[in-house]
Amino acid sequence: MSYFRAENLSLHFGGLKAVDAVSFAVEKGEILSIIGPNGAGKSSIFNLISRIYPPTHGRIYFEDQDITQEPAYDIAKLGIARTFQNIELFENATVLANLLVGRHRHSTTQLWQELLFLPNVRAAEKMHRRRVEQVIEFLDLEPYREKLISGLPYGVRKVIELARALCTEPKLILLDEPSSGLNVEETEDMSFWIRDMKTELGMTVLMVEHDMTLVNRVSDRVIALNYGKVLAMGSPSEVQQHPDVVAAYLGA
Amino acid sequence: MRFIFKTDYEDDIRLFPHSGYVWSYGTLLLLLAIAPFVLSSYLMSQLVFVCIYATVGVGLLILTGFTGQASLGHAAFLAIGAYTTAYLQQYNVPFPVYFLAAGLLTGVVGALVGFPALRLQGIYLVIATISFAFIVEEILARWESVTHGNEGMRVKTLTLLGTAVPRDSPAFYFLCLGVLILTIVGSLNLLRSPTGRAFVAIRDSETAARSMGVNVALYKVKSFAISAAITGMAGCLYAHKLSFISPEMFTLQLSIEFIIVILIGGTFSLHGAVLGAIFLVMIDPFLTYLKDDMPGIIANVAAAFGASKATASNIQSNVAAFASANGLKGAIYGVIIMLFVLFEPLGLYGRWLKIKLFFQLFPLYKRATFKRQKIYVKSERNR
Ligand SMILES: Nc1ncnc2c1ncn2[C@@H]1O[C@H](COP(=O)(O)OP(=O)(O)OP(=O)(O)O)[C@@H](O)[C@H]1O
Ligand SMILES: [Mg+2]
Repeated sequence: MSYFRAENLSLHFGGLKAVDAVSFAVEKGEILSIIGPNGAGKSSIFNLISRIYPPTHGRIYFEDQDITQEPAYDIAKLGIARTFQNIELFENATVLANLLVGRHRHSTTQLWQELLFLPNVRAAEKMHRRRVEQVIEFLDLEPYREKLISGLPYGVRKVIELARALCTEPKLILLDEPSSGLNVEETEDMSFWIRDMKTELGMTVLMVEHDMTLVNRVSDRVIALNYGKVLAMGSPSEVQQHPDVVAAYLGA
Repeated sequence: MRFIFKTDYEDDIRLFPHSGYVWSYGTLLLLLAIAPFVLSSYLMSQLVFVCIYATVGVGLLILTGFTGQASLGHAAFLAIGAYTTAYLQQYNVPFPVYFLAAGLLTGVVGALVGFPALRLQGIYLVIATISFAFIVEEILARWESVTHGNEGMRVKTLTLLGTAVPRDSPAFYFLCLGVLILTIVGSLNLLRSPTGRAFVAIRDSETAARSMGVNVALYKVKSFAISAAITGMAGCLYAHKLSFISPEMFTLQLSIEFIIVILIGGTFSLHGAVLGAIFLVMIDPFLTYLKDDMPGIIANVAAAFGASKATASNIQSNVAAFASANGLKGAIYGVIIMLFVLFEPLGLYGRWLKIKLFFQLFPLYKRATFKRQKIYVKSERNR
């Protein structure tokens, strides 16, 4: 049994088949990249996994559990975190507050205890803060703790979104174009972090990415997608040499 | 400038980040404590209203400012709290019990309003909450066996621990002040806990909040319930302060006043509720001044500029007519809201922060410091 499995997954918007009978599996501890031209349906697959949209057909399994019907807010609790292609941060809050929201799935305190800020709430807050600090250290975000998101440059936001996802301590992390909008140096950092997430933090990574250097550097396997359909699956070099993939990218 | 040197996570959790806060709030508390012995009874009465409005303001801020759910129905929550008070008083229920009951019942109603409101956003939510307020107003007017309809209900003098606490006594002021302070402390506690952060997350991006494991529907309902409960408790005090309640006291105008409180005060901090309440409550004495003294002053000025006696008295009566015209208050509210939304979106508290920063940085303050930088536009795709 695979760690994560999408079976015959489809998402239709009216007549448009954004995702069309896609099946794939992710093994534990693997970095799997999804590539494909614009509008291929890559982000839609992520939106299906994180239950933003219900699939038209198909099922999704994680750790041998059918999660197709789970409510969206339970996906994080199961250990799946994500970042967004267009960055969805909490704009008018500080970096620290953003990262602490990432700890939400681990919070156990009751409303009445929070109103009184009882010692158990205080202790939990400190514990969450310690975990957040570990992520801040991992991603070198120390200078930004108190900054409001709305005043930060794009590259930093991108890293903060990754940090927020890491704060949930996910088992599987979905990264939607982690390098888009980053310069060469920042992309390089990103590739180190992604590999560390696998080797040091023991996470499984599912990633959508356009930058083929990054894809080649970190991925164990690659899936190529076009018009919602899987074109090819395999090692990075195999997939890039696949005639259908070449055709799709050249627009033939 | 002050640099805060943090050595412990506790430093970020504390309510008072540094000793400066303790001093300034301590002084404020001291001033509030001696207020009944210095201020006139009229100003004391206004101060009680400030406390009550500020309490409602805090409640509304939790829902609108921090969770991002607009409400023009808070007058109805206040009414439910007030009527619960008047109703339970008839059965000689002691104050602490009916005070909590007012909060609890209003909180439950708030949660019930929250459910249908889950699917609504922005202007539709505003319309839904207005409709809710109209329904409550109708019920209060029609359900005569409980509410005495349009005749209204008398509210007996508050008794606490066997002693009477008249509505214009210092003790009643301290009670209202105490409720306000407890509300603020409770809300601050909430805002530095997971629940408060979930509220803010929902306000800024529901999609992201959900994918971080926040049950958006549940927390919206919680926010409605908490906000309503606070307003209900304020309603209990409001009923006592007015000593008589009837449905026409809880109209849309009152809900708009509450929105003004937080809009003018500033929606990003609880300070806003207090500053906005002070502002709003002080409009009344200003209007009275406008009505009583302004016409005479203007006529005198006109006379000084050589207007004949007849013209001067003509001017005086015209200004008087204008100042006591119906709807002037509403018009002033409208103008104030517009001016603040256009020129001071961060409210009075934002203005205060700017002034403070100006003096801290003097002479290095840049006008652009508070300009919002639009670095990139958020996608609408996942909405
Ligand atoms: N909410 C929606 N309603 C209608 N159509 C949609 C919606 N979301 C996506 N689509 C369409 O589905 C298709 C796949 O979109 P998707 O965002 O998954 O592409 P992508 O592979 O992520 O592309 P990109 O590389 O540009 O991010 C596109 O044609 C898009 O226009
Ligand atoms: Mg995409």
